[in-house]
Amino acid sequence: MHEVGIANAILEAGQAEAARRSGAKLVRIGVRIGILSGVDSDALRFALTALKMDTELEEVEFEIQSSPRLNRCLDCGNEFESLLYSVPCLLCQSERITLAGGDELDLAYIELEEA
Amino acid sequence: MMIVPVEKKVLSENQRIAATLRDRFRENGTLCLNLVSSPGSGKTTLLEHTLGSFQAGEKVAVLTGDLQTENDARRLAHFGFPVQQITTGTICHLDGKMIERSLERWALEDIDLLLIENVGNLVCPSSYDLGEDAKIALLSVTEGEDKPLKYPSMFAKAELLVLTKIDLLPYVPFNMEQARANARLVHPGMDIVELSCSTGEGFDNWLTWLQRRRETASMCACLTER
Repeated sequence: MHEVGIANAILEAGQAEAARRSGAKLVRIGVRIGILSGVDSDALRFALTALKMDTELEEVEFEIQSSPRLNRCLDCGNEFESLLYSVPCLLCQSERITLAGGDELDLAYIELEEA
Repeated sequence: MMIVPVEKKVLSENQRIAATLRDRFRENGTLCLNLVSSPGSGKTTLLEHTLGSFQAGEKVAVLTGDLQTENDARRLAHFGFPVQQITTGTICHLDGKMIERSLERWALEDIDLLLIENVGNLVCPSSYDLGEDAKIALLSVTEGEDKPLKYPSMFAKAELLVLTKIDLLPYVPFNMEQARANARLVHPGMDIVELSCSTGEGFDNWLTWLQRRRETASMCACLTER
C-alpha cells in the first residue's frame, strides 16, 4: 500500500551508496523483502519502475529477493524457516515459537559499473 | 561490474528515529503502546473507556493518528489527559518522525504511559517502528475470524490481541475459538483478551493486562538502572 514511499527510500539509499564510490555508475539495486514485511514485491517493482522514469536512474535494474519467515524455538533454540505461519519446532516439536526474521526490508547490495 | 554489499534497512532513517525514541522512553520510564487495527475496530472507543478508568493525575497521554479530522482527539480530550491528533494527510501509517515531532510539545518525564492510536490499517503500520514497547492489535467480531491469517505480519508482531465488540456475538457469525486459534497460528503465545466497551464485559481483563504490562516495564527499568 505504501510501496511508493518504500521505493523512493530504496532509490535514495541506492543512489547515496553509489555516490560514496564516486565515478562508478549505478546499474542494479538488490533488495530483500521478508514475507512478513507488509510489502508486495510486484507493487514494489511497479513503483520502482515508475519512479525511475525520466531520472538519472532510468537504466537501473532491480533484483527483489524474498525471504521466508524465520522462527526460533524458545525451548531448544532451534531456528527454522516456514512460510507465513509458524509450525511446531522441527527438532523438539515445541509450540513455543518466536518470530526471529521474515520482516526484513533491506537494501542488500548495489551493482556498479566502473566509469 | 562490481557488486557492493550494502545490507542496510531500507527504512533505516525511521529505524534510527525509532531507536532514539525507544531510548528516550526508557530514560523517562515511559511505557509506549502502539494500537493497530482496521478502521472501525474500536481503537478510539477502547481508549475512551481506558482513559475514563484512570484517576485524575495519572501520567497518561495519547497520540492519535488519522488521515484527516481532529475528531478522535476531540473525543479523547474529554478525560482531562493530554491528547494530540496527528493528521497524516494521505499517508497510511504513522512513522517515527511524526511521533518525534508531536513529542516536542510534551515533557516525557511527565508521561508514564503513552498510548498511540495508529491509522486504521492492518498493512502499512506493521513496517514502521515507532519506538513502542509493544504493539496491540484490535479485531472486532464483525470483521471475521480469519483476519489474523489474512494480515499475518501485523498479528505476528503484536504482543496482545484485543477482540472487541463481543456484545455483538449473538448477531454475527463469528467463531471465537477459531479466531483465537488463527491468531496463535500466526503468533504462538500471543496474549488475547475479549471485551465489549458497550457492556463492559471483559474490560477488566484488558485493564489487568495493561497494569501488568506497566509493572513489567517499570521492573525492567529498575533492573537496567542497576
